[in-house]
Amino acid sequence: MATTVQGAPGTRERFSQWLNAHRKWLFAAPAMIFTALLIAFPIGWTLYLSLTDAKGSVRSPKGFVGIENYLSILSDLNRFWPAVLRTGAFTAGALALELALGMMIALLLWRPFRGQRWARTAILLPFVATPVAVAMMWRLIFEPNIGFANRFLSWFGIPAQPWLSDPTTTLPTLVLVDVWEFTPMVALILLAGLTTISEDVEEAARIDGANAWQRFWSITLPLLKPVVLVAVLLRAIDALKTFDLLYVTKGQGGGSFHEAETLNIFVYDRTFKYNDYGLASAALIIFFLLILVIMWFLTFRRRGAKL
Amino acid sequence: MTQAKWTGTRRSFIAASAAVAGAGALSACGGGGGGGGDSTTLNVTLANHVWTDLITKKISEFEDDTGITVTVTQLSEDQLVDNYKVKLNAGSKDIDVMMYRPLQVGKLFGQSGYLLDISDKVGDAGDWNWDDFQKGPVELTTYEDQTVGVPIITESEMVYFRKDLLKASGLDVPTTMEELENAAKTIKEDNSGTAGIVMRSQASAAVTQFSGFLYSFGGTWIDDSGNSAIASAEAKEAYAFYGNLLHSYGPDQMSTDMSWPEASAIFAQGNAGFWIDASSLYQNVYDPEKSKIADQVGFTPFPAGPDGSKPYNVAAWALAINGESPNQDNAWKFIQWATSPEMTLEIQKEGVPSARTSVWDDPAGTESYPEELAEAIAKNAENGVGYDRPRVNGVAQAREIVGGPIVAGISGGDSDAAADDANAQFQELLDGEK
Repeated sequence: MATTVQGAPGTRERFSQWLNAHRKWLFAAPAMIFTALLIAFPIGWTLYLSLTDAKGSVRSPKGFVGIENYLSILSDLNRFWPAVLRTGAFTAGALALELALGMMIALLLWRPFRGQRWARTAILLPFVATPVAVAMMWRLIFEPNIGFANRFLSWFGIPAQPWLSDPTTTLPTLVLVDVWEFTPMVALILLAGLTTISEDVEEAARIDGANAWQRFWSITLPLLKPVVLVAVLLRAIDALKTFDLLYVTKGQGGGSFHEAETLNIFVYDRTFKYNDYGLASAALIIFFLLILVIMWFLTFRRRGAKL
Repeated sequence: MTQAKWTGTRRSFIAASAAVAGAGALSACGGGGGGGGDSTTLNVTLANHVWTDLITKKISEFEDDTGITVTVTQLSEDQLVDNYKVKLNAGSKDIDVMMYRPLQVGKLFGQSGYLLDISDKVGDAGDWNWDDFQKGPVELTTYEDQTVGVPIITESEMVYFRKDLLKASGLDVPTTMEELENAAKTIKEDNSGTAGIVMRSQASAAVTQFSGFLYSFGGTWIDDSGNSAIASAEAKEAYAFYGNLLHSYGPDQMSTDMSWPEASAIFAQGNAGFWIDASSLYQNVYDPEKSKIADQVGFTPFPAGPDGSKPYNVAAWALAINGESPNQDNAWKFIQWATSPEMTLEIQKEGVPSARTSVWDDPAGTESYPEELAEAIAKNAENGVGYDRPRVNGVAQAREIVGGPIVAGISGGDSDAAADDANAQFQELLDGEK
């Protein structure tokens, strides 16, 4: 008040106090702004494109068409809705099998035994292989005329199966490949959860005369619930977005009859093959909302589940 | 700066759609913007092809002569197209010379202004002799009277057959559609486990090989007034014929996923009597390293239908200059060098059919070919039609549509009804492009 230059220290002091009070935000700000831009920009741009008739080249003149793209996507009974159904069927099928099998494998590997480390490594192999290479391999195995799968069946006198070449068996076959590839990941997450469960509870149940099934159903599973939820969430989002496996095995349009055309294949083709950017963006936004809704269902609706 | 920002968003949209689509790899090739522009470095993007293997071996000669450094990016066809679409959409400057399929993307790229008008360059090239290039291919690399590309590889629809199987069944080499069907039928009956014929069966992939059947039966994709013609009586007949060939005389387990790699593999394994596909693929079944039946492969021109023998005879690949390239003069130097008469002759000797008349007239140009193949190619060129798929902007979409009736027939369904269905969809696509 007495000697220093008027105003300046006061302001500076107030400013530095403000900085001090908000320092955690301040230090995190650059990263947060960057991340926000990185996420917001593409989504914003996609949203903008979805309201235009962008086609052929993104740089050519565009007209604003409002929600026309959304209407034509949502009224597309030939390709869009079947793709939604296939996405759901593929995800649900793969997820159910992967959870069941993953749980079995995790329980088997839970208790220490000889050669445990080898078993755990071997189980992980399909999961660490490159997805595109895996898809190529299965495509060759399932080739109906010269593939290994049918040769293998012929040793047991079982007639040749069409596998990926028949529209009715394509999706189940692809689910099997996905199960082969990603069950290890689910098993790994569940195994990590199992190892955190204390032995005491289990022991108490055993002393009370609970059999193995009861112990699993009433003790282990409830304790494992949050971990199961994490596994479901991670795998569901991934399975919804499956692309490499489907595109490598069935190619453009998900095969000749679109038998493997899921939402992702649908959007990819409209972007890179048809160059119909407006329509593709609208489908992407719908897809994005769909994933958000599913995530919300899985996480926020289940109070008590801490992720 | 705003400019950079804009390309940034544009790129990030494409990157985002690619990433969300799970094709994360594509988003990594942002590039562009300030890339390129260095006048002594030339960025050349080429497709995986025998032609590319031959030219890349010689690029050092070009570098020594001109002092230009050439950076080659080599991709498979699908990736190549996706890569172009990402980069050219973003106005990228880091592609100078691009190898492209005129029939697949020529119209779209021309309309989007991606390809540089090189009419003056080819006109003033003197000894390089633009007039030496075949008419059909040149037509394909022309967009609205502007020359935008130089054709480098031609191909026509070839019938590959097994001499031993034909002989064993006492059959002559087929020259008409009826004879072809009969031969396929006989071979299938006489040889258990062997298909009479194998061809592409995937809806989009099969379209190009089906085109020769369509023309020979008197059909076409689009009539003179610009409307869909795929439900005409002739087209329906062609659809039914192609579908039935594979349905009745194809491999035991007929899939609808086959493109040329699968079909040629079955033939090269010795599991089929006939294989019909592009002439440029002959090494896949004629090279003893790749084929079990190399010494038994015969070649014959496309058989005649009710309207004569009308195979496709097209420019499969061409070279163009990116309209945004800052290095257009050097890009043109490279194209001139890669397509000079001498270089073309050298490459054709290695088995890659060119688009230069003088090279085909020169005996040295065909001496390395199996004699029957060279004759069949020449015969196909006489009768050929210069396009093998609908000439529209949305080629990929059109192929899916017009391929529908093919797979309907292959799987034993009603190809006539499928043709009517496809006709309506195709008409809609054509109306949308008018």
